[in-house]
Order: sequence, then C-alpha cells, then structure tokens
Amino acid sequence: MDDLYREMIVERFKTPLFRGHLEPHDIFYEDDNPVCGDHIEITLQLDETGHVRAAAFDGQGCAISQVAADLLMESIQGKPLDEVRALTKEDLLELLGIELGPTRLKCALLSFKVLKAGVYGLDKTEA
Amino acid sequence: MPNFTALREDFPTLAREVRPGVPLTYLDSTATAQKPRAVLEAMDAFYRRHNANIHRGIHTLAEEATAAYEGAREKIAAFINAPEAAQVIFTRNTTESINLVAYTWARANLKAGDLIVLTEMEHHSNLVPWQMLAAERGVELAFIPVTAEGLLDMAAYARLLEREPKLVAFTHMSNVLGTINPAGEMIAAARAAGAITLLDAAQSVPHLPVDVQALEVDFLAFSAHKMLGPTGIGALYGRRDLLEAMPPFLGGGDMIKRVDLDGFRANDLPHKFEAGTPAIAEAVGFGAAVDYLRAVGMEAILAHEQELTAYALERLAAVPGVRIIGPRAEKRGGVIAFVLEGVHPHDVAQILDGEGVAVRAGHHCAQPLHLCFNLPATTRASFYLYNTRDDVERLVKALAKVKEIFG
Repeated sequence: MDDLYREMIVERFKTPLFRGHLEPHDIFYEDDNPVCGDHIEITLQLDETGHVRAAAFDGQGCAISQVAADLLMESIQGKPLDEVRALTKEDLLELLGIELGPTRLKCALLSFKVLKAGVYGLDKTEA
Repeated sequence: MPNFTALREDFPTLAREVRPGVPLTYLDSTATAQKPRAVLEAMDAFYRRHNANIHRGIHTLAEEATAAYEGAREKIAAFINAPEAAQVIFTRNTTESINLVAYTWARANLKAGDLIVLTEMEHHSNLVPWQMLAAERGVELAFIPVTAEGLLDMAAYARLLEREPKLVAFTHMSNVLGTINPAGEMIAAARAAGAITLLDAAQSVPHLPVDVQALEVDFLAFSAHKMLGPTGIGALYGRRDLLEAMPPFLGGGDMIKRVDLDGFRANDLPHKFEAGTPAIAEAVGFGAAVDYLRAVGMEAILAHEQELTAYALERLAAVPGVRIIGPRAEKRGGVIAFVLEGVHPHDVAQILDGEGVAVRAGHHCAQPLHLCFNLPATTRASFYLYNTRDDVERLVKALAKVKEIFG
C-alpha cells in the first residue's frame, strides 16, 4: 500500500510535469477506461525528422493513471516515433516501479493505450 | 429490536482478516451482500443429499428437488406479498428480469413513437434494455430529472405523465444516492395516466419491506445476491394477466406444454418463462436467505440501517474535504456515495482496502447520474443488517489515512 502510494507517485500526481494540451499538434488521441470513467488525451508535436519535440497529456482519473501518463510523456521526449511505437507495457511499468493488481493495471496502461493508438495513426487525429 | 452485533456471528466472511492483523470492514453490500451460514448450509445440504433435476422426475430425489425449488418460490412470493407463487419467475438477476419484460411485454405491446418514462438515476440495467428497444423500435425515452439534493423532480414527472407514456420504469432505491423513491405515489400516478409500471427493486427488497399488492406495481425485479442469497438467481414478479398475455422469453425445455415439429404450446406460469434447467441450489439458497431476513424482520433492518446511515452521514460530514452526494438521512437507505477533495475515488478505495475497509469506487453502473452531478466517479460505502457503528468508525479512521498520504 505505502509502496503503491510512495512519495514520488503522490508528488507527481499533485504537480504533474507534462499535463496540458499542445496547440498546434501533430498527433492527438483520447480514450476512456469504461470501468472507472478515467479519461486521457495525449497531444504530440513532432519535428521535421519525426522525433517527439513535445508531448502532453490531459484528463482525469486516479493517481496511478495520471502519474503513469505523466511519466510516459516524460519518457518519450526527443525520441523518434519508431522508438515510441516500440515501447512495451513493461517499459511503462518499469517507469512506475510499483506492483499492480489486475484492476489497477488497467489504470496504469490507459495512457499507454492512448499513446499507441495515437502514434499508429488511428483516426482521431485533429487538424 | 434484534441484536445486530450478535448476528455478525452468522456471517463467516465477516470474521476473516483481509491480510494478517487487518480485519475486514465490509461496506460494499450494495454491490453484493455477505451470506449467512444458513444460506451456505441450505445449498450444501441440497447438493449433498437432494440433488436432482426438477419437474417430471419420478424418483425420490427429483421430487425432493422439485419441492425445494417450488418451496423457495413460495417463500419469495410471500416475502413480497405476491398473490400467488406462480407470479414469481426465477431469472438470473435483476438485469435479466428487466430484459425479460423488455423482450416480451414491451416488444409485444410498444410501437414506434410510444413513450417510456425512466429516471436519471437508473442503474444501467434499467436503462440499456430500453435504449436497445428504442434503437430497434423507435420507442421514445424520457427521463425524470434528479434534483441537486438527489431526489426525483416530481413536478417534471407529472408533466411527463401528461404525454401518456406506455411504461414507467424506475428504481425503488438508488444504488448511488441511496434515495428511496416514493414508489407508491409514483405508481398510482402512472396508473392514472394509463401506464404500466416496472420497479427496479434490486436495492429495496433487500433493505425494506416491499409489498407488491400495496404498491399495485405491475412488474418488480430483484436479485438474490443482494439480499444474503447466492449469485446467479433473481426474480421477476408480474401481474398475472400481463404475464399470461406475454409471449415466452427463452425457448427450450420446461417452458413448453407440448411440442411437435410444427411448433409448441407454451407452459403455464411461471414455467413459461423458465426455459432449461434453472439454478436449483441457488433457489434453495434464495429461500433460506428470505427465511433469515424474515426472522430478523424487514422493519427492524430498515430502522437499523437508517440509524446507522444517519450516524455515518454525520461522521463523514465532519471529515474535511468530504462531499456527500444524495439526500438527507430521512430520504435514503444505507448507501453513501462521496468524493474526497483532491483524491480520485479509486485511490481512496485502494488506500481504504489497505486498512481492510471494502468500499466501491467508480460510477457504480450509473454513469448518466454521475454526469448529472458532474462527477466522473464516487467512492461508495453501503450498509446492511450486519454493519455497526464500529464499521463507520473504521471508515472514518481509514479516510484519515488517505488524507495523510495525499496530504
């Protein structure tokens, strides 16, 4: 328990570093977790060489979902899209560094799902 | 007044620890109730001694199983004061009971443009079947709004009745707000407007006296597992003439009187609506649950839960940052949904679980209601006959732990 809500998670929940909505952006995607109503949207700006220039998330949800999104945005800064596409859920869980049961795993992976859908160009890209 | 603290001994789960040294504080009975030993033993005895398929069997065990199954139906009929046991149909749960009405009565009687009145506080089980019907048949749905206090807007209801709805279907008690709706008054008004009524009694039959004849309700749906019984079985009560006129629901064995290759003749009530081998042991457990509740007394259970809820509302209101959703104590049953400022309900529930306190977090299958209150989710504590003030104190103490972690 104390492990799940260790200081880094709670601090990062209260003061996220990558919360926001980028305008303009090159990639936009959003999705919900129907079980709990958590919502995450992600906006990415790319440079000419296809690297992530800036990444931001917005939404609402529990500490696990929001912190996972924040850490994920941090981890892809400057990365080429190919590398972002190759991210695995294990990479994200390693960033969080906590053990999660099956229900909370869905919270943690919501932003991962949204990011993947976004970088694979599923059709929610805004102008 | 029964001794509600002493009867905790009847519930084996309540004695367990969630993890070493952390006792269970079970505040999630609105989702499902814990089971007393009497229910577990009745089901066990059925499987150990009487197990056989019901109806038409000639051997002793088949007759015993049939008697046990039909005996359970009689107990349940008496519990809600149904005129006869044949008006109680066993289903899987409240959801299936409502779907049965939607697929049979509604599809036989409603056409495009007909109006169904629901409320904004419905559980998805009394919303989605009607949305499916609306999409298929062009039936119109209208909703009685929920006020800021968490009550139904009765003036708006009166205006909706002027539009002569064919069906008024609503929850007797909200699984989120705890609101106990004035069912008798609402049913009388619906009948005066010429509408058929369906009451979602999933939360009311377990917690307060419900009398279908006094209510003059046409259909009533509820589940065993929320009233100390097993999962996998529920009931639909229906007015006899309506049930007689309705087409069957699922086809198969037991629901027929006669079959040849050209067709079939449906069986009499209640078997017409019970195709296939039903949940026999579960029916026996359902009957034992009803026996248990009757022995304690539904008036006493309601009084105990309302007293406990009033106490909990007062204690929770004193926790800084807690916002409680729903009406004042007199208007509600033992359900309290709340939000804690700055902390998501999932995080609240997770930290409470660490303290052994079992609550629910989310939209509780009532997403439109949460939208009314502009909340994505709430944390919900709910009470039953086995909860005590100690449980409330443990909840309040565990909330302090949440505040400590989230600062």
